[in-house]
Amino acid sequence: MGFEYAPAPESRSVVDIKSSYGLFINGEFVDGSGKAFKSISPSTEEVLAEVAEADDHDVDQAVKAARRAYNRVWSRMSGAERGKYLFRIARIIQERSRELAVLESIDNGKPIKESRDVDIPTAAAHFFYYAGWADKLEYAGYGPDPQPMGVAGQVIPWNFPFLMLAWKIAPALACGNTVVLKPAETTPLTALLFAEICQQADLPPGVVNILTGAGATGQAIVSHDDVDKVAFTGSTDVGRAIAKAVAGSRKKVTLELGGKAANIVFDDAPVDQAVEGIVNGIFFNQGHVCCAGSRLLVQESVAEEVLAKLKRRMSTLRVGDPLDKNTDIGAINSAEQLAKIRELSDIGEAEGAGRWSPKCDLPDHGFWFPPTIFTGVTAAHRIAREEIFGPVLSVITFRTPKEAVEKANNTPYGLSAGIWSDKGSRTLWMASQLRAGVVWSNTFNRFDPASPFGGYKESGYGREGGRHGLEGYLK
Amino acid sequence: MTRIDVRKTYKLYIGGAFPRSESGRSYAVNDARGRFWANASHASRKDARDAVKAARAAFGGWSSRTAYNRGQVVYRIAEVLEDRREQFEAELRTAEGLTAAKARTYVEAAIDRLVWYAGWADKIAQVTGGANQVAGPYFNHSAPEPSGVIAVVAPSGPLLGLVSVIAPAIVTGNTTVVIASEPHPLTSITLAEVMATSDVPGGVVNILTGPQAEIAPWLASHMDVNGIDLTGVTDDELARNLEIEAAENLKRVRRPGVEDLLAPPALDRMTTFLETKTVWHPMGI
Amino acid sequence: MTVTSSTASFLADATSSDAALRRFLHGLPGVDQVGAEQRAAGLGTRSIKTSAKEFAIDLAIRMVDLTTLEGADTPGKVRALSTKAMHPDPADPTCPSTAAVCVYPDMVPFAKETLSHAGGTSGVHIAAVATAFPSGRAALDIKLADVQDAVEAGADEIDMVIDRGAFLSGRYLEVYEEIVAVREAVGDAHLKVIFETGELQTYDNVRRASWLAMMAGGHFIKTSTGKIQPAATLPVTLVMLEAVRDFREVTGQMVGVKPAGGIRSSKDAIKYLVMVNEVAGPDWLDPDWFRFGASTLLNDLLMQRTKMQTGRYSGPDYFTLD
Repeated sequence: MGFEYAPAPESRSVVDIKSSYGLFINGEFVDGSGKAFKSISPSTEEVLAEVAEADDHDVDQAVKAARRAYNRVWSRMSGAERGKYLFRIARIIQERSRELAVLESIDNGKPIKESRDVDIPTAAAHFFYYAGWADKLEYAGYGPDPQPMGVAGQVIPWNFPFLMLAWKIAPALACGNTVVLKPAETTPLTALLFAEICQQADLPPGVVNILTGAGATGQAIVSHDDVDKVAFTGSTDVGRAIAKAVAGSRKKVTLELGGKAANIVFDDAPVDQAVEGIVNGIFFNQGHVCCAGSRLLVQESVAEEVLAKLKRRMSTLRVGDPLDKNTDIGAINSAEQLAKIRELSDIGEAEGAGRWSPKCDLPDHGFWFPPTIFTGVTAAHRIAREEIFGPVLSVITFRTPKEAVEKANNTPYGLSAGIWSDKGSRTLWMASQLRAGVVWSNTFNRFDPASPFGGYKESGYGREGGRHGLEGYLK
Repeated sequence: MTRIDVRKTYKLYIGGAFPRSESGRSYAVNDARGRFWANASHASRKDARDAVKAARAAFGGWSSRTAYNRGQVVYRIAEVLEDRREQFEAELRTAEGLTAAKARTYVEAAIDRLVWYAGWADKIAQVTGGANQVAGPYFNHSAPEPSGVIAVVAPSGPLLGLVSVIAPAIVTGNTTVVIASEPHPLTSITLAEVMATSDVPGGVVNILTGPQAEIAPWLASHMDVNGIDLTGVTDDELARNLEIEAAENLKRVRRPGVEDLLAPPALDRMTTFLETKTVWHPMGI
Repeated sequence: MTVTSSTASFLADATSSDAALRRFLHGLPGVDQVGAEQRAAGLGTRSIKTSAKEFAIDLAIRMVDLTTLEGADTPGKVRALSTKAMHPDPADPTCPSTAAVCVYPDMVPFAKETLSHAGGTSGVHIAAVATAFPSGRAALDIKLADVQDAVEAGADEIDMVIDRGAFLSGRYLEVYEEIVAVREAVGDAHLKVIFETGELQTYDNVRRASWLAMMAGGHFIKTSTGKIQPAATLPVTLVMLEAVRDFREVTGQMVGVKPAGGIRSSKDAIKYLVMVNEVAGPDWLDPDWFRFGASTLLNDLLMQRTKMQTGRYSGPDYFTLD
């Protein structure tokens, strides 16, 4: 008998999913005037809840509520008092962390160990961090008397639903803005639970409004005349459309968009940690990460060794039930995303790249894709250029540092990059040459509220996190 | 018998050289009293394309120079400008009909502005970047880097306006393609002569003269331009359309807005065209 | 990587001179401390439940080198320990025995006496620490005599310490040759090579020491004497497991790993087993290839074992204190 890990499922009993949800406007859940849609669990395809789809009227109501709260309460409150609300929220997130983690994993499909150890604690940390800024804004370097923008319209993606909510709401509120936030269509539930947290925190009504819905709802928020600030995280295509929609307006925009990061492994890399970094870089969160290290650039002299170790390591990845505490790779978020990953992978194969996945049994129901690498990939392959947003790694080789830089930068994106080497001077040189907003050296996919995050080029503009994250919410 | 003047041909400034527009076109520029002053080159979309190419080619070298060196180069522009104060004062009086005192104020302000920005070269990173205290064993540091090639639609102030938009863009390491003020293009070419003799590497500043509405869209839509400064765009509809074009590759956009050029500037003209790069590295033995 | 005929010569080349050995060891990939510790911590979050836990606890018991290494050790103490090694839970005959007892050389006869009194069928090995344990500060001939003494007294496993002074000052060949000499001296006994990783300090050093010991013929590589803090840690063991894994890739030979010192709870032991499973691979999940140098760990394993069987939490009064 071998060492077979028995199932270790996290209990679902800690969450209470209602059969239907309304919209959170002005501190209350209200029925929307639009249709409803279903949120399903990507790991089982079971329907979790019916969720309201906010229409233009709902958006208008929410923006009005936000404006009222801004004018009457939030913009008049001292920073210190605003900060206390944020501290409260941070604490309630910590108190309800188990519930949030389980709900996130059910709705999103991500492994519980990630929602438990990354998403939720980092979200709480984000509120804690920005809470402390609320009464110190005059020291932030944006002038002696920085003012909030007003009403912020925020649209977030499905890959880190709760964490992205925290990234958006915490700095907005700290700076004195009120918000209308739309979670992604496929992952609305933790945002709706956040609405409840706002109620528990006695946050004044209208300071946070949560509108569920799809693209049309997002569009209505972004283009509403009384929205002063737009913050979006998602695809470059939608980001482009938003940038066009707000053109000529007074709206300030921050966009955190796609990426196709190079994770560069030199022959003097700490190889076992590099392999971990490669795995973490592309298989963390099923590869549904805008800054995922989706292009492995490995120096030819160690390519064989690194690949052998990588494959071996991939064979130990456990794909399956997101609620099992031993699951490393959960479900793909939606049927649509799965189709996209399949399509691009098939193209990769058709274009002649070598496809490899470890043996793994995928569940019968739900949306699943095995961890996959493509070898023999060149810059001309579509899988080397397009963001797949799934657990698919393209392996490209290089010979010299300059070649690595050229290949790494040869993309319209510029969100993140990784460098693996034990030579300090080369690492720093590489870091200076890479056109990316976040460079991880001998590590990958690290996030912290104090650390600014955001892209160069078509990966968007503005920064989230750190002092820099305040800029988008101040004038 | 009076001597016949030798007049200057005003050309474009691209890649450190002074070519005529490839279109062979020009337009007449009048002085403040409405009299013919000189012909300015009427830059075409191909000139814009060439200018972007020159700016891109210059970006690597310019952005990787030490900040100290860039500061010295920008300071050098101020030095040379100071040396040619009278010429610029005369030009401003001709172009805008300013009094001698006013012209002098603007020229001095332009020189002082260059000096102000020159000093920022090796300080901006200290002010806008720094250590981030992350919750883990990491060295984590953010620093600004130039966005790349910036298209600049200059405001109408023939000298101070131009300097106020060019200096902040280049001192941080960007390279620029500037569309000079349409009614006052000539000073920009005289300023280019200053640049050309101030150790500014060819291609760091490229200056096009001609109709804003015709040239700007080519720069706004150019996929190898990283940012666009619309300061000099006065037509709202044009500004909106340029911003829409700029969205195609997510250019960093500075929208037009009224500002007092003589007032002390803030940092935002620099920071708009800076990217923040954050580097993580583990700390261990 | 497959084993080729060149493997032997490549290893021979690497140990042909001090300079060659140094080049080889310093040519090994570095270990990033933060990354290694994160990987170890990540593996530590595996949740081992029910049948997997039962399997792991019994396996862990079978991997224990039940240890007493005190100045106050007496024949009585060693006899009791040896009895416990054979029958860790006298109340439960299904409870497996430990892998070995681990004692000072002069205590070997008493261990042997107790273990062979049982007819020699217990399968419990006798490990003796030697080579001027724990400091290793003695002349080579004295160290070898120490080994000789233990082997003659009946030890079938020798836990030697490397000369950390020589290692840290870069005299790798000296360390290597000493291990080779001890390996010869142990005869048919198995040789475990203790690094005292708490003194080596860096994971780079641990990786180099691992290769050095494996190339010198050690059957096992072992973290610590238990006399220096920190003793065994998950990340140190991770680095050593990576080394034995990589060594097999190159040479085809398996080398065992023994973390020792500081592993006191079943929870910790299971984390180590998860790491063995996922880093070195299931082949190492065997007392022949992985051991725990421990004393108090055994009782915790027994308590957990009883809990699994009865559904009740047990208490220390129900297990022997030896």
